[in-house]
Amino acid sequence: MDKIFIKNFNLYYDNFHALKNINMNIKEKEITALIGPSGCGKSTLLKSLNRMNDLVEGCRIEGDIFIDDKSIYGNGYDVTLLRKRIGMVFQKPNPFPMSIYDNIAYGPRIHGIKNKQKLDQIVERSLRAAAIWDEVKDDLKKSALRISGGQQQRLCIARALAVEPDVLLMDEPTSALDPISTAKIEELVQELKKDYTIVMVTHNMQQAARISDKTGFMLNGELIEFGKTVDMFTVPKDKRTEDYITGRFG
Amino acid sequence: MTIIGNEGELVKSKFIESFMKNIFLISATMSIVAIVLICIFIFAGGLPFIEEYGLLNFILGTEWKPSDTPASYGILPMILGSLILTLGAIILGVPVGVLTATYLAKFSNKKLYKFLKPCINLMAGIPSIVYGFFALTAIVPIIRALVGGTGMNIITGSILLGIMILPTIISLSEAAIRAVPNSYYEGSIALGASHERAILSLVLPAARSGILSSIILGIGRAIGETMAVVLVAGNQARMPAGLTKGVRTMTTNIVIEMAYAADAHREALIATAVILLVFILIINGTFLILKRRSGI
Repeated sequence: MDKIFIKNFNLYYDNFHALKNINMNIKEKEITALIGPSGCGKSTLLKSLNRMNDLVEGCRIEGDIFIDDKSIYGNGYDVTLLRKRIGMVFQKPNPFPMSIYDNIAYGPRIHGIKNKQKLDQIVERSLRAAAIWDEVKDDLKKSALRISGGQQQRLCIARALAVEPDVLLMDEPTSALDPISTAKIEELVQELKKDYTIVMVTHNMQQAARISDKTGFMLNGELIEFGKTVDMFTVPKDKRTEDYITGRFG
Repeated sequence: MTIIGNEGELVKSKFIESFMKNIFLISATMSIVAIVLICIFIFAGGLPFIEEYGLLNFILGTEWKPSDTPASYGILPMILGSLILTLGAIILGVPVGVLTATYLAKFSNKKLYKFLKPCINLMAGIPSIVYGFFALTAIVPIIRALVGGTGMNIITGSILLGIMILPTIISLSEAAIRAVPNSYYEGSIALGASHERAILSLVLPAARSGILSSIILGIGRAIGETMAVVLVAGNQARMPAGLTKGVRTMTTNIVIEMAYAADAHREALIATAVILLVFILIINGTFLILKRRSGI
C-alpha cells in the first residue's frame, strides 16, 4: 500500500517556484531514492515530508501530502507528532554535544519518557538497530562528538530510530563519509528497510542503483521520471534522465 | 626560465610575512605587558602595607577607622559589601540577561531586533556616573518609599548593578547562542521537539560555556563598578547590617578616601586595590577551570 502520497504539490520560496506539481506515491517498506543535480529540489521535497520547510521564512505550499491517507498539511495535524513518526537523518552527522546515551535518549525524553530502565532499553535497542551497539556499548557516557564521522552518522540514525518512527528520511547521509563508512551505512539502510519506509536523497547514482527499489529523477523542481530503479537505470523513459545518469550533465 | 624571478618574489613575500607576523606578535604582547605592569604597580604599592599590618588583620578586620589613634584598617566590611552587591546584581541581572539574549537570538522578529539591539549596545556605552544619577533619582525614592530610611542601601545598589551588567551578559550570551550550530536545532526539531523545547533543552546547554563567560564578565563588571555605586549604596564603612542598610564596597572605599589619604592610610587604600585585584584573578581563574571542565 502507499505509505506516502504526494498530490499536485507545489512549493515556493517567496517568488521562487522550487517544486512544480509533484505527484508521487511511495510504498511501505521500500527504499525510494531521489536523484538529480544540485538545486533541483530533491532536498526540498524530502523536507516537505516532515514539514521541516516550515522553518524556512517565505516558504509557501500548494497541493497536499498524505501519510497513511491523512493530510499532513491539513488543519489540526500535530507537526511534532508528524516529526516523531517521520525520522530524519541529515547530510552532515549532527550528534548533539552530549553523551552517546543522552543523544539517543533525547528524543524519547522530549516525548515524555523518564523511566531510566525504559530509556536504557530504548538506547540499547536503537543502537543495535543502527549497527553501532558493539562499537559503543562500553562507552555510552562518552561524548558523541568524540567518535568518528561514520559512527556519528550511525548514531544519528539510532537517535532517529529511538522515537519509533515508521518512515526515515535521509538527506545525502553518506556524502560526508569515507567509502568504508559509506558501505556500512548502505548495508544498514538495506537492513532497516525490513521495518521502515525509507526516502533518501543522494548525489551518488551508483548508490541509488545499488540500494533503492524506486528512483525519482528531479530537474529544476520537476519530477521528470519516477519508477523502479532497475528500469530507470537500464531503460530510462525520458531523454533528460538518460543524459543525467550517463553523466552528460549535472 | 622564470625560476630566478620567482625566487626574488619568494624572498620578498617571506620578508613581508615575517614582518607582519612580528607586528601581530607585538600587538598581542602589548596587552600582556599592560596587565603585568598593573600587577607590579599595585602589588608593589600595597604588599608592604599588608605585610606590616598583617594580612589577616587587614582582610578579616571589621573596623575601618583610619583617623583614630591607633588607626584600624580592617576591610572585611568592604569585601563583604562588594560580594553582596555583586551577588545581588547576579541574582537580578543574570536571569533577565540570559532570557533577553535567548529572546533576541531565537524568538524576536527582525523589526523588533533592529530596535532592541542598538538599545542594548547603547546601554553598554552609557557612562556609569549617568547610571548612578538615574538610580539616585529613580530607584532611590522608590526604595525609600518601600522600605524607609535613606533609600541608599544594598537593594538599591544591587538593582543598579543588575541593570549595569545587562549589556555585557546580553551581548555575549546572544553571541554564544547564535554560535550554536543550527544543525543541533534542526536535529531536535526533526525529532519532534517544539521550538521552545529545542532551545531550552539543546541550544542553551550547548551555549553554556559562552553564557558562563558572559556571567563571569558580568561579575567582573559588577565587582569593579565604582562611580555609580558610590551614589546609591550608602557607603557606610561598617559591617553589612541588612538588605535595607547601606554598604561600602572596596572600589568606593578607594575612591572616597584617596583624595585626602596620606602615608599608611594611602597605602591601606592601595592594599585594598590589591585585594580587589586578587578577587578579579580568582574570578577569572574559576572561569578558566569551569570552562575546561564543561568543554565537551
